[in-house]
Amino acid sequence: MSEQVKQESQTPQNNSRLVLKLLLGAVGMFGFGFALVPLYDVFCDITGLNGKTGGRYSYEAVEVEVDEERLVTVQFRAMNNANMSWQFEPVESQVQVHPGELTEVMFYARNPSSSTIVGQAVPSVSPFRAADYLHKTECFCFSQQTLMAGEDINMPLLFFIDQDIPEDVTKLTLSYTLFDVTANFQQAASL
Amino acid sequence: MNNLGTADGHDMHHDDSHHGPSKGISRWLYTTNHKDIGSLYLWFSLAMFLLGGTFALVIRLELFQPGLQFVEPNFFNQMTTMHGLVMVFGAVMPAFVGLANWMIPMMIGAPDMALPRMNNWSFWILPFAFTMLASTLLMEAGAPNFGWTFYAPLSTTYAPETVTFFIFAIHMMGASSIMGSINIIATIQNLRAPGMTYMKMPLFVWTWLITAYLLLAVMPVLAGVVTMMLFDIHFGTSFFNASGGGDPVLFQHVFWFFGHPEVYIMILPAFGIVSEIIPTFSRKRLFGYDSMVYATSSIAFLSFIVWAHHMFTVGMPLAGELFFMYSTMIIAVPTGVKVFNWISTMFKGSISFEVPMLFAISFVVLFTFGGFTGLMLAIAPADFQYHDTYFVVAHFHYVLVPGAVFSIMAAVYYWLPKWTGNMYDETLGKLHFWLSFVGINILFFPQHFLGLAGMPRRIPDYALQFADFNMVSSIGAFLFGFSQLLFVFVVIKCVRVGKKATDEVWDGSHGLEWTVPSPAPYHTFTTPPSIPEGSH
Repeated sequence: MSEQVKQESQTPQNNSRLVLKLLLGAVGMFGFGFALVPLYDVFCDITGLNGKTGGRYSYEAVEVEVDEERLVTVQFRAMNNANMSWQFEPVESQVQVHPGELTEVMFYARNPSSSTIVGQAVPSVSPFRAADYLHKTECFCFSQQTLMAGEDINMPLLFFIDQDIPEDVTKLTLSYTLFDVTANFQQAASL
Repeated sequence: MNNLGTADGHDMHHDDSHHGPSKGISRWLYTTNHKDIGSLYLWFSLAMFLLGGTFALVIRLELFQPGLQFVEPNFFNQMTTMHGLVMVFGAVMPAFVGLANWMIPMMIGAPDMALPRMNNWSFWILPFAFTMLASTLLMEAGAPNFGWTFYAPLSTTYAPETVTFFIFAIHMMGASSIMGSINIIATIQNLRAPGMTYMKMPLFVWTWLITAYLLLAVMPVLAGVVTMMLFDIHFGTSFFNASGGGDPVLFQHVFWFFGHPEVYIMILPAFGIVSEIIPTFSRKRLFGYDSMVYATSSIAFLSFIVWAHHMFTVGMPLAGELFFMYSTMIIAVPTGVKVFNWISTMFKGSISFEVPMLFAISFVVLFTFGGFTGLMLAIAPADFQYHDTYFVVAHFHYVLVPGAVFSIMAAVYYWLPKWTGNMYDETLGKLHFWLSFVGINILFFPQHFLGLAGMPRRIPDYALQFADFNMVSSIGAFLFGFSQLLFVFVVIKCVRVGKKATDEVWDGSHGLEWTVPSPAPYHTFTTPPSIPEGSH
């Protein structure tokens, strides 16, 4: 057939350029995998999915009007994760609040074991779309709680419901799961 | 006869006896020859298939009757985990890579893979990775027992110490796959003979090109997720630990972002194989070549946006459930195009039923069946009933066993005469096919009923109402399992003796690989062939 017989690729250098690009692609996808961690956080933040309530909220910094016409029921749940042994419960299991009204509730915790334990409470709100409208100005979940053997404590939660919460949300549930994080905070435990 | 001569008339298939393959074990340790490396991958995957199959037989033995008769629950969990890991990463994937190594250079008229030395390393990583993984069975903490999908925190906080070996084994297998994919892409894109344009490439080459891109995209994500596990376990991070601000559901998202494309990685080469075999034994060109290429590309693209259909019950909001349900159902469209094209290829063809064709036809039928149960699972509200039951187990075993595994066996029977120069024993091959076909259906079909009746997966013992179908399934398992010994016998026998094969081997074969002698010389296409006009 043809006199000049040559490969589709011109020279071995073409291999190197392609291989380098593919290698960089693989490395990039490895980085993408790790990038998914903050990306999911951002996605959940924006959409309010996952029931995350966000960090400390400043009450004075916003224009708040208390909506006297409307009442929203807020229910509280408290539970222990697998190996956590504390007695942990809300003092009141639910309250009715006006949107915009700053409310304080207490959670009771007691360490019945014979050693010091450090606990971390993690909140979650249901339904998901209400999570964006629950603002906590003071919460025991913002930091770890250390209880010595037999010690008990009343932990405060200060919050308000955003006045822009949708009309059809009349009830929401704020649930705390308590984890034993003593192993991660040895210095606090030894105090 | 094709004009395969070079300009000076020298017969390019002359095997240079002064640098043929070296003798002894160093040939296999140091080879850079794509045929040798293909054979290494294939023998390795056969061994892993038998190992993973043994784990499956332990599972089915225990599940033969209700009660715990043979193994403890923790060991049972090790068996289910190792069965999955070994079959996915040790049997199916290396087998497809082995077929790619053997066939792609010959199919495109290239002398070897683009990066022959990296090719050697890609293979040799695997025996070490799997030795490390399998050795955990002998350790006191036992093998990984958290399922092949290794969800956190079961695989982090609550895992046996051997999880670290598991993580390193995954790193190694991932590196092997990534390097193999780079090699395959470079080979296909850069080393095609002149005249072999993209739309003239055999379908097996196309499906592997697409598969290689998929691998390159998602294997690094798997490497990332096991690295995050490593950090959580050993370095005090909290990727998947809620108490530290992380989330176990994050694991599922990142894992399945890899996991879903992974299952397409395990089936796309199968589509390519079947697209080679059916036209040959129908003596008719593949129907709809272009649409096959586009359909495969669509499936690959769609595979990136369906991952959460493995997570319908995790607590996703409605919008998420709907999105993933619709996108999953859409994948059935290009898949259907492919199935109809295979059937159309056979229509009015002159069909003969040699062993490769038997496996290929049953692939089309049984894979489609598995696809139907996949559509059922895609319906999110229905999936709440099916999730984590034997219905899912039945679905994926139908697409993987009479799907991927049958296509691999079809390919082996199809190309064995080219590799060895001998025809395999047709009678024994047919016997192997029929025993396997009957065996897998007895094994997996009843599992649909078990799942619909409510039997959960990954359990060593079950409620009494599931006893009968479990017994039937286990009988099928032993029939199918022991039939594979026949396959091993047929392969070994073919390597050693058999009727001499011609170059073309099969009456209706087309493609460059059938223009070289059987057995294929150690070096083929050292000078490129000319590609006839009008192929495909």
